[in-house]
Amino acid sequence: MTDTPETPLITRGRLTAFAAAFVLLAALGIGYGVHAAHRQDVLTHQGPGAAPAAQDLDLTGATGEILFRDTEPGPGYGFLATVRRSDPAGPRTVGRTSCERVYAAAGTVVCLSTEYGAIPSHHVRILDSTLGQLREIDLGAGAPNRARISADGRMASWTVFTSGDSYAANTFSTRTSILDVRTGALTPTLEDFDVLKDGKPYRPVDRNFWGVTFASDDNTFYATMSPISTGKTYLVRGDLAQHRLTVLRENVECPSLSPDGTRIAFKKRVSGSTTNPWRLAVLDLADNRETLLAETRSVDDQAAWLDDSTVAYALPAAQRTGSDLWTVPADGTGAPALLLHGGFSPAPLTTGKQ
Amino acid sequence: MYLSSSRSTPLGRASGATRRVAANVVMLGLVSLLTDISSEMVSSVLPLYYTSVLGLSMLQTGFLDGLFNGASVFLRLAGAHLADRFRARKPVAVAGYALSALCKLGLPAAGASLAGLSTVLAVDRSGKGLRTAPRDALISLSSTPETQGRAFGVHRMMDTAGAFCGPLAAFALLSVVATAYDAVFVASFCVAVLGVLVLLLFVRDRREPAAPGRPAVTLGAGLGLLRDAAFRRTCLFVTLLETATISDAFVYLTLQRQDDLAARWFPLLALGTAAPYLLLSLPLGALADRVGPWRLYLGGHLCFLLVLALLAGSHSGPLALVLVLGLHGTFYAATDAPLMAHAARLLPDHARTSGFAVMQSLQALGMFASSLLFGLAYRLQGPHWTLAAFGTGLLACLTVAAVLTKRGSA
Repeated sequence: MTDTPETPLITRGRLTAFAAAFVLLAALGIGYGVHAAHRQDVLTHQGPGAAPAAQDLDLTGATGEILFRDTEPGPGYGFLATVRRSDPAGPRTVGRTSCERVYAAAGTVVCLSTEYGAIPSHHVRILDSTLGQLREIDLGAGAPNRARISADGRMASWTVFTSGDSYAANTFSTRTSILDVRTGALTPTLEDFDVLKDGKPYRPVDRNFWGVTFASDDNTFYATMSPISTGKTYLVRGDLAQHRLTVLRENVECPSLSPDGTRIAFKKRVSGSTTNPWRLAVLDLADNRETLLAETRSVDDQAAWLDDSTVAYALPAAQRTGSDLWTVPADGTGAPALLLHGGFSPAPLTTGKQ
Repeated sequence: MYLSSSRSTPLGRASGATRRVAANVVMLGLVSLLTDISSEMVSSVLPLYYTSVLGLSMLQTGFLDGLFNGASVFLRLAGAHLADRFRARKPVAVAGYALSALCKLGLPAAGASLAGLSTVLAVDRSGKGLRTAPRDALISLSSTPETQGRAFGVHRMMDTAGAFCGPLAAFALLSVVATAYDAVFVASFCVAVLGVLVLLLFVRDRREPAAPGRPAVTLGAGLGLLRDAAFRRTCLFVTLLETATISDAFVYLTLQRQDDLAARWFPLLALGTAAPYLLLSLPLGALADRVGPWRLYLGGHLCFLLVLALLAGSHSGPLALVLVLGLHGTFYAATDAPLMAHAARLLPDHARTSGFAVMQSLQALGMFASSLLFGLAYRLQGPHWTLAAFGTGLLACLTVAAVLTKRGSA
């Protein structure tokens, strides 16, 4: 520091140096941005994936098909698509509806969509079997990341994940909503439900809920609850009419109830490591017995039951963008099998009559 | 128009008569503006980056992580000591800003490794700890005693403007580059480097000649400042008031729990606080110079009392939301710059950096205690009791502080 108070600081030389640095940095930032945008475009849209059909999907009466988000690089990237369950690697039908995550049952579809902009906005769209919109709910700035429909198509649920991180504080919040599609009644959040843990009221300030799955009575549901600062997760059983939640068990995330209603597939935290934290497991509700499934890779997804003995889930695709869909037997036997390349958010299509 | 004023007096301080703010302060404001754009660009997209790209759950990152960090406090005090001892506030500030700038490139380099990401964010925070006190000392030493409030007001205004623009810039960029997060990180790095360059090229260090009769700056001198009764009392009340006010996180969590609008726009609530903070920083800083900074600092806490009252009343709807965020931002504008101006009056030039560092460390300690207490009380007694308890505590602290510091400060 050779400056003395007498010499002017803002000299022509310094201004020139700054202007040169400004131009260089702007070139670096813009150049890198253009490069990254191009790379992203190649990864998602310039591939051999199927193109969207002229007409959107019609799921009316569909059975034996799987609905999912197409993530095969190509013109259909990001759109909803279907394949035959009996030939999942065969040709897929790509529609014209774009969703970040999807689930469907008995002719009701829940579609979570995101529009990027200076302020990104997110919506939940409830669609009928021809993907016509029944209802749209503005989620504001919260990014949705879990969605479910009850087996009879009446109840819908989704979880919004919001977090702000600033110098002042780290904040974290998930918000889970439930919609009765038939009556239109919306439960905006589970946070004001009464929670019972070991028979006593439980109300930590930072409790969060995510990943609802519905039982067949359309009133009982299961979800994850976590007081974030404890780092623990709990399986809760909810009673929608009573606005009540009961803690059943620790270390259960993203529950998914089997079609026969006897078992819950879930994410179990098996390691403190950050590379492989979770294993898929199944809990038998009758005798509380847990079974780890044969998938040994870490799964961060709410599993979907394709039938009473098989669950499907997404895993990041090896050496490419997007994800692949896999299945594994629900009783701990067998081995994981690839369902299809380039897919996310699987939902078996059923008519609701089991 | 600001730029000419720095040469008008021998020490580069703005002349009190013109009531202008020194060029040094404006340049430091510009450094903070750029740095905040850069940091907020990253922090606003990090949650989405974690979940959508890395597939990480925020659970893994820890809730209280970052509120209080022993290593960063040590670095803050040590850096401040070096800055005072060698009268080298600028080099220490440059080190802090440069460290944070480099961290922006560390994010894509860390990839999906959570340990890597945590390390990068911790180093980023350390950089912030290192630079804050020397930067504030430079602002203070570049201004006359009677314009301290205005100087800090200008700086905080520019700083908050950066925090306001950062998230908007990041999301706009993200949509243009088809969600390529690394492009946001690289852009953030470029903006941060610009900030460091403004500091290097256009900010003058205050290298006053070492006066022969001046006490030597020793390692214990920073904490020794607490032997001064007025500064000790200030630090005590600052720590208590910081403990009695609840963190931004809890204000926003409480808001979104009672208001659907707030819940939907949760990530943007911080912008709602930043807007009034940005607008009122300068006028309230200037007001502090007129009515006394300590008086304004205490008075500003009345805004926070109203925030607590509105939250406890479970009011919802757009009007309540605007009121809470407006009062929250006004609280910051009325307390942040005035507190610095007040501390500047109490601290001698040669130990100002250390004094600021001590006070800011105690503030962080108070915030940490506040978060622990709030979480505990909420779990045991529920929201209404907790908000009422914090309100009562805040009112009690304010009353005692007002009575005990009536003489000598106002």
